[in-house]
Amino acid sequence: MAEPVIRCRSLYKIFGLGPADLRVDSDGVVAPAILEREGVVAAVNDVTLDVSPGEILIVMGLSGSGKSTLVRCLSRLIEPTSGSVEIEGADLLAMNDRELIDLRRSKMGMVFQNFALLPHRTALENIAFPLQMRGMKRRDYVERARDMIRLVGLEGRENNFPRELSGGQQQRVGIARSLAVEPDIWFLDEPFSALDPLIRKEMQDEFLRLQSLLNKTIVFITHDFDEALKLADRIAIMFNGSVEQIGRPEDIVLSPATEYVARFTSDVPRERVLRVGSVMEPPGDDENVADQAVNVSDRIEKVVEYVLGQRLPVPVVDDGGAVVGVMHQAHVLKILFPRSSPPETVNPD
Amino acid sequence: MNQAFLHGLPPERRLKGYAWLGTILFALVMVKALGVLPGFLDELPQHLERSSIDTLGDAGKEKYTELVPFDLMLDRAFDYVREDLGFSVVTRFVSRRLKELIGVFDNILRGGNKGLGLSAPPWTALMVIAFVLGYSLKGWRLAFLSGGAVMYFAIFGLWKFAMETLALLAAAVPISIVIGLLVGILAYKRKWVELALLPILSVAQTLPHFAYLIPVVVFFGIGHQTGVIATIIFAVPPMVRLTLLGLQKVSPEILEAGKMSGCTSSQLLFRVQLPSARNELLLGVNQVIMQCLAMVVIAAFIGASGLGYRLLNKLQSLKLGQSLEIGVAIVLLAVVLDGLSRAWAEKKRDYTANLPFWKRFRYPILMVGMVSAAYVLSQYFPILHKVPRDLTVTYADTWDGLVDWIVLNWTDGLTNLRYFLIANVLAPLRDTLLYMPFSAVLLLVGGLGLILGGYYSALLTLAFLVFIGLVGWWDRAMITAYMVIFATAICIVVGIPVGIWSALSERRARTALFWCDTFQTFPSFIYILPVIMLFQVNDLSAIMAVIVYAIIPAVRYTVEGIRDIAPELEEAATMAGCNTRQRLVHLQLPVAIPHIMLGVNQTIMFAFSMVIIAAFVGTIDLGQQIFKALSETNIGKGVVLGLCVSFMALAVDHLVTRWARERRQLLGLD
Ligand SMILES: Nc1ncnc2c1ncn2[C@@H]1O[C@H](COP(=O)(O)OP(=O)(O)OP(=O)(O)O)[C@@H](O)[C@H]1O
Ligand SMILES: [Mg+2]
Repeated sequence: MAEPVIRCRSLYKIFGLGPADLRVDSDGVVAPAILEREGVVAAVNDVTLDVSPGEILIVMGLSGSGKSTLVRCLSRLIEPTSGSVEIEGADLLAMNDRELIDLRRSKMGMVFQNFALLPHRTALENIAFPLQMRGMKRRDYVERARDMIRLVGLEGRENNFPRELSGGQQQRVGIARSLAVEPDIWFLDEPFSALDPLIRKEMQDEFLRLQSLLNKTIVFITHDFDEALKLADRIAIMFNGSVEQIGRPEDIVLSPATEYVARFTSDVPRERVLRVGSVMEPPGDDENVADQAVNVSDRIEKVVEYVLGQRLPVPVVDDGGAVVGVMHQAHVLKILFPRSSPPETVNPD
Repeated sequence: MNQAFLHGLPPERRLKGYAWLGTILFALVMVKALGVLPGFLDELPQHLERSSIDTLGDAGKEKYTELVPFDLMLDRAFDYVREDLGFSVVTRFVSRRLKELIGVFDNILRGGNKGLGLSAPPWTALMVIAFVLGYSLKGWRLAFLSGGAVMYFAIFGLWKFAMETLALLAAAVPISIVIGLLVGILAYKRKWVELALLPILSVAQTLPHFAYLIPVVVFFGIGHQTGVIATIIFAVPPMVRLTLLGLQKVSPEILEAGKMSGCTSSQLLFRVQLPSARNELLLGVNQVIMQCLAMVVIAAFIGASGLGYRLLNKLQSLKLGQSLEIGVAIVLLAVVLDGLSRAWAEKKRDYTANLPFWKRFRYPILMVGMVSAAYVLSQYFPILHKVPRDLTVTYADTWDGLVDWIVLNWTDGLTNLRYFLIANVLAPLRDTLLYMPFSAVLLLVGGLGLILGGYYSALLTLAFLVFIGLVGWWDRAMITAYMVIFATAICIVVGIPVGIWSALSERRARTALFWCDTFQTFPSFIYILPVIMLFQVNDLSAIMAVIVYAIIPAVRYTVEGIRDIAPELEEAATMAGCNTRQRLVHLQLPVAIPHIMLGVNQTIMFAFSMVIIAAFVGTIDLGQQIFKALSETNIGKGVVLGLCVSFMALAVDHLVTRWARERRQLLGLD
């Protein structure tokens, strides 16, 4: 596997506590008893994670679980209490102001939940802002900002002030601004949660389109499981400042690491998470199978109607067309509805 | 402990608290009536004997028997700073530089051989500049108002004075803004500066104008530039306050966005924080201009020439007609400057790029063209250059006639009203306050503090009053208090009903707010004028001036409080079938009360500030003493007296805003 772009080890952010006061229990987290005694909040409590190049890591968790704080530590908008963060091998926390500014001018972009556009600048000027800070020439930054406007589909809105734009348009400006310096690392803190469902869906598609073009390393916070499933390579679930589990969506749903994660994911529609590969069984030798095969990387949601409509098991093929397994209808049903119990047997008199 | 320190009694126990307080007070007064109250609880050592009060003026000999000779200590401290620390070198330097600066502006506006040695511009040139400026910022109305004001100065023969005042403003305003900005930014960056500054700002906002003048005169002497210094000192605090407020209001996300854009800390300040605080900063600029104008008029007392000086001269020789014309000029100047600076602040910048040159710069081009025309034309028609003395217009005689008529026809009625008020309302109120043992007043204020805000409020307000007692001005302070109480009562009785009546209809509300806005721009000293014209100079006029000035916030806050009620609440009342009266009694008044109380608080603050200015028409309270200190340039006395006024105002302010804030929270309005 490639070197991780973001590497974070035993990261703590405890509001109201200095590094000297930080006493850690045997299992690594700061015990709730200590927090209570000191009257402090552990917003990030022993977080260790890596993000690989080109990966989308989704961070989820209840309100107040420390998602925003984690991302602000990774971008060093706030100073972690303790721990280490490396960005492409360089120690983020050891950087001085100058280096930090250089890093943000060249490598990092961030999109904010409430857009955070500068009210006195037009859309174009907002997008050009990071470029101006870099000292780019007027001609160049205007041209680049125009490119970004086109990229997010805001042509004709260049000269509008933020207050004259709809929420979705404002967030496009925010996205364009964060992408203007061509960052390798992209932080998004609930970027779409202030938008209505239709626009949100549109923005998600837009996001995927951009990512397929730009292939950035992304940390994306959301509250919305549907959104997470749609975008995630991996999901990290946070609870009280700690990462409870981190892994592919399937793994989190099928084998939750803790009771909390199990409850957190219990309402997730499984057919939307799982892929054919994770429910198939090894191909039998001389089984009768249906004529048409399904692809191993399809989501169940997509094929379930066809599979359940067949009387025979359905063969599963990989991208090359080779058969890698079969799907039995009974097994599929059991995985989709794990909690349904067999009917009580009634003895007819 | 913490609970009792910062919070007053819980609502259900308040009534009992008030009852106890009343009982104790009554008992105290009874004890005094029976003649068994020990003297040290009754009266404090004072500068002036109580018997001097009825003889109006300062007939009583100063006894200097205050408990703490704070004024003398201040005198010595100021002396030390001035002489031993050599501060006079600094003041002389500043004085000289300012004089040069004013000279330059004066020269630009009025010509002459000082400053840059330019020759005077024709008045018509200034008129067209004002006109085009008004038009480009807002439209025809502001254009005619601005141009008209300039024309008024010229044809009423007030040109010289108006230009002197403008030159003072031109020097004072930018300096105040820059100092205010710098201090505000520093306070934002350094917590301890902010903490040190907040009490100073509060005192600065309540310190009477005249109290500022005395130290300035002591350090800088009498004169034109001294007026500018006083004006700057007076106008800086609001700018500091608004800068700090604006910077603190910038949302943390915007700051983070700036940081993520790779801003250095100076880029962050100049390109993110200050621009995001734009609204507050522009409001600050407007406030600075208005404060400067108000103070420039008052600075006439220490020799700042211009419209204020002229007005003072004419008022002192009771030339009321001429005074009125000068007053109108000052008001016009205020309204125009307010209008222009507001319009400039609200102006939306036009970002449509790629306009042709002449279109982008159409107003400057227009201005240059018209100014050139004015210059050329004034070569041929001298009247367009300078209105000669014998052609200036004045209606002073008419106004004087009107005043005479008023005196002739109204005097009897007014005199009767005056005697009635004095005999039946004012004197009894004053004597009651003076009769109250000082310990009773302390008890009242401390008790209210305890009930409304806990030990913290009690100690704070008590400290304010104890200061007044210690420095030996108790009786005079009670006289100031009685005038403020009476004026406030009248303002409430008249202003709030007027406000309610206005708020009931959209059109009336807008009219009322418009007039409140307009009247509020008038420099406070101006309010003395109509009062003198109607009531002449006597003890009632002072109170009248206070009422006229202080009623504005009572009306405005009532209108705002009722109009700003959430529309859903109004709809709910409509659906519940309320008629107008029910709606008012059950919805609008209860919800608006906290805001109205803030208005009453403002009324009280305005009253305190005006009561001191009203000393000009004869009072016997702290204001009279401040005036006296000013004419004696007695710095210690002046500052102590100013602090007395400020502390009384701050004590009231603390209690009332506390109550209003709590009430708002209780109603869930925050
Ligand atoms: N500046 C701060 N000072 C003190 N405590 C803070 C601060 N910022 C956040 N916290 C606390 O840290 C905890 C985590 O906050 P954080 O904003 O990271 O949560 P979140 O997961 O992003 O929540 P949400 O989904 O509501 O945005 C919360 O309990 C919050 O109260
Ligand atoms: Mg958050």
